[in-house]
Amino acid sequence: MQKITRDNLIEIAEKLLADGTVTRVLGWKKGEFSYDQTPAIFTSVQEMKDSFVFDDFSGANFSKYLVKETRKEDGKVLAFLKPCDTYSFNQLLTEHRFDREKVYVVGIPCEGMVDINKIKMALGDGVVSINTDSNTLKVETLYDGVKEIAKADVLLERCKNCKSKKHVAFDQLLGEEGDVVDSNRFDQVAELEKMSADERFAFWQNELSRCIRCNACRDACPACTCEKCVFDNPNSGVENKSPANSFEEKMFHIIRAFHVAGRCTDCGECSRVCPQNIPLHLLNRKFIKDINSFYGDYQAGEEVGSRAPLVNYTKEDIEPGDAVNKGDK
Amino acid sequence: MQVNEFKPKIVAFCCNWCSYAGADLAGGSRLSYPAEVKVIRVPCSCRVNPMFVLRAFQRGADGVIICGCHPGDCHYTSGNYFTRRRMALLFSMLDYLGIEKERTRVEWVSAAEGAKFAATMNDFVQTVTALGENKRLEDLRCKR
Repeated sequence: MQKITRDNLIEIAEKLLADGTVTRVLGWKKGEFSYDQTPAIFTSVQEMKDSFVFDDFSGANFSKYLVKETRKEDGKVLAFLKPCDTYSFNQLLTEHRFDREKVYVVGIPCEGMVDINKIKMALGDGVVSINTDSNTLKVETLYDGVKEIAKADVLLERCKNCKSKKHVAFDQLLGEEGDVVDSNRFDQVAELEKMSADERFAFWQNELSRCIRCNACRDACPACTCEKCVFDNPNSGVENKSPANSFEEKMFHIIRAFHVAGRCTDCGECSRVCPQNIPLHLLNRKFIKDINSFYGDYQAGEEVGSRAPLVNYTKEDIEPGDAVNKGDK
Repeated sequence: MQVNEFKPKIVAFCCNWCSYAGADLAGGSRLSYPAEVKVIRVPCSCRVNPMFVLRAFQRGADGVIICGCHPGDCHYTSGNYFTRRRMALLFSMLDYLGIEKERTRVEWVSAAEGAKFAATMNDFVQTVTALGENKRLEDLRCKR
């Protein structure tokens, strides 16, 4: 498949901006380094030519940005969405978070995005530039010159277990339409389930104790779009501050994951943005796995308007007591 | 008599229409259930936010039990069906985090089941007493 480049995307944006279909473009903006891109709004082709970037570090999911952007002014926003982003997009539409008419979606194929932390872990700090043109990344570091690393080894956690290459929403599609992938995304969850309760407790204690309560997972999550959040309430006891003891981080992460249960599309933004590399997607995937096994397969965001499992019921649902004992059998 | 005998604190969320009346009947029928159980009346078992459960543990509960009308008998038609889904997922998550699954329970107790209420509470208190103090979901700042 032909690789989509920055120039392809600018070309499309140029056309759409010129004929007035869209008034602004939501895209990735060059950061201080080649790997830290920031989502930004571009209003002209010149701006895009100056600072628009698209490469293997363009992982940010744009769906959530549309909630605020579409309210700002009239006219359509052009959004470049990867397959996993389109699921979040649909989920937000299901929840009536923005007007579909105000967005022009260009679906872009995705071969997986790269995690800079994994590169740093493998090659050390001091990364100067990274060439992502082929499947072998050429990483130039300050201390060791140019090194090579296979892209497959440094993929984002979510891309390693990519669930779908299919765009579920778009106005225009670049490249060919992919398929839903049969991924092994629940393997890690199943592994944890097999451990004893003590081992699991130790595992999560170790992971969650690193949490610094920066709330990045909440802020990046496309399902977390409440305008008022319990974690901002100073009287909640779990407001925004670094955790004083282990209860707080558990409370935060259980509630965060529970609040998006049934609405989480498994886009993996939470793990991507976590500065402490906590595998937060494992909490969300546990809920998805449970929902699939208790209430039948459900993929949030697959179609607009589908009823989430937690606001639905059947008369023959599993009893909570049986649900927790299921793992024993 | 042992001085430091462990007495668990149990929080029981009881729905106003069935389980709370069931607790009343247990009292009226002079069936005893342990004093460790602190009943909190809620309009419907569906009122219990997962956060309530966690908060109870934070504030020192050793076990949390949620009682509601039998499925199909909800005063609000379908509240307890939602409770059932919600708590199934929450309990499964607590288990996933390594927190003892015996500390949480959902029971359906109707207004006519005073005996069941007493038996359930006796059994639950016994289970939690055997488990001991809640250490995995405790908040040291809330300890006296």
